[in-house]
Amino acid sequence: MFFFPFLKQSKMSEYIEHDADGISVGLVKKKSYTYAEPPNEMILESGTRLGPVTIAYETYGELNKDKSNAVLICHALSGDSHVAGYYSKDDPKPGWWDIMVGPDKGIDTNKYFVICSNILGSCMGSTGPCTYNPKTVKPYGLDFPVVTIGDMVKAQRALLDHLGIKKILTVIGGSIGGMQVLEWCAQYPEMVVSAIPLASTTKHSALAIAFHEVARQAIMADPNWNDGNYYSGEKPKLGLAVARMIGHITYLSDESMRIKFGRRLQNKNDFSFNFDADFQVESYLRYQGSKFVERFDANSFLYITKTADYYDLERQHGSGSAVEAFSKARAKFLVVSFTSDWLYPTYQSKSMVQAMKKNGLDVSFCEIEAQWGHDAFLLPSKRLTDLIKGFLERVYREI
Amino acid sequence: MSIEKYKNNGIRYDLQIVASWIEPGSKVLELGCSEGNLLYFLKKNKQVTCTGIEINEARVAACIEKGLTVLQGDINEEVLDYPDDVFDYVILSQTLQQIYEPSQLFRSMLRIGKRGIVSFPNFSHWSIRMQLFFKGYAPITKQLPYEWHNTPNIRVITIKDFRKYAKDVGFRIIKEVAINTNNQERSGNIIRFLPNLRATYGIFLIGKGAL
Repeated sequence: MFFFPFLKQSKMSEYIEHDADGISVGLVKKKSYTYAEPPNEMILESGTRLGPVTIAYETYGELNKDKSNAVLICHALSGDSHVAGYYSKDDPKPGWWDIMVGPDKGIDTNKYFVICSNILGSCMGSTGPCTYNPKTVKPYGLDFPVVTIGDMVKAQRALLDHLGIKKILTVIGGSIGGMQVLEWCAQYPEMVVSAIPLASTTKHSALAIAFHEVARQAIMADPNWNDGNYYSGEKPKLGLAVARMIGHITYLSDESMRIKFGRRLQNKNDFSFNFDADFQVESYLRYQGSKFVERFDANSFLYITKTADYYDLERQHGSGSAVEAFSKARAKFLVVSFTSDWLYPTYQSKSMVQAMKKNGLDVSFCEIEAQWGHDAFLLPSKRLTDLIKGFLERVYREI
Repeated sequence: MSIEKYKNNGIRYDLQIVASWIEPGSKVLELGCSEGNLLYFLKKNKQVTCTGIEINEARVAACIEKGLTVLQGDINEEVLDYPDDVFDYVILSQTLQQIYEPSQLFRSMLRIGKRGIVSFPNFSHWSIRMQLFFKGYAPITKQLPYEWHNTPNIRVITIKDFRKYAKDVGFRIIKEVAINTNNQERSGNIIRFLPNLRATYGIFLIGKGAL
């Protein structure tokens, strides 16, 4: 079998693929909503005031008459509001979950009104550390307040109010997106009809925090980082690239790396006996790292990883008890984990399922056999597509 | 997976009997629910709120795809999470013969449910007795179609055994029906005369406490 490392890499890289059948929502547009203008700033969980707040978002499909078909998608660490479709006819790539969202797909845009917004603190159109601070007329940098998953969800709520949506048929997301899903169910239980946390957790393990911390240290050790003030000069590209490389390792698995790379060498037959990228896995990580710095802001990376590490649903909503944390939730749940995910392992999904059961909640759980590690939730999977499709049809029928 | 497939088809004869015992609108948990045929039938025809537990990923997925609430997991562990008396019925349909520690499971079933429904293939059916008597090999039947070395069925149970077991463990048999049917058959008949000899399946409705 021939191995085309570059092709495979670019295919696996951000997991964005054209739909194999060429089905797509078509041309889409990024929109934005600005609110919390001073003096009516948004009050964050930390007590700090933030305003104005801009939320970038996209919508696909039509909102029905009784506004009961809204599906909210929450993206993960480095995602954005561009879930599906293309910005222009010659756009080389569709949105990040184009395989799942579109006409007749898992989340069927013929039936549902799909909304995805860029999270607060990100750099893909919503207010974050690279946004201009109205007080200083410079990018916020480290003056940007630390936001929480709760704050991100509050901002999404403001957007839904703006769109006139009072009930969400399903809120769905993987990884850090899954944390937002759980937060929605705890913070606004009356608004959420059903919820799908994928490859997610109610709180990070020490392992997850450790990897995030190493990634943050890589950024902060880059002299160009300059305490977050780099917007007028050189960016901390090396630090961010290394941070992304670490991230990529945690998204894969021993098995997927063995299959994808093994010990194969990159465009050579023998070792170079220097520190070039000899192995394909090295070359893959370097490529991923260098590509990431073109589109992502290092400070946003610091803020969002910290946000995720701070998140603790049990502490925030249940005084330390998972059972109490879900006591206000009313949603019907579909919890999904993946066998080879070592960043958010199945036991974490099972423990949230256990707490839901103890509350008498309607919960379904499936652990999908997958070799691709944490990233499995973004890869094409008929199993996942059919699960989501069937669950959505059911909750829509049962309204 | 088309839902149509399940809409028009009837369910297995033993499941029809189980379904007939369940009050409309009640709360049901099925342990080892396979692809959810019984639960789907109950949800559709009896407006039952149902949950299933199943260990096999493909079967769990099949259930969720047809709109059922199902958890992937080991039934022996999953039952432990539920509060007392949350279900009206806990069903263990043709799974008892695979349970390693039945007494523990029965205790859990009758803790979380007001009633239990248990069915199993009757190992004292005359054809099984004949096979053992005349051939001398471990019996193989349509209901228990495996050889001794590849069977998932680690227990052999008879209708008489189950009645004795109820007394020993201390739960109540409220109703029992012995039937004759083949595995996938939609029809069958109730056996009243010599059920332990003539029935292929026993179905029991059980409740807390001794008689």
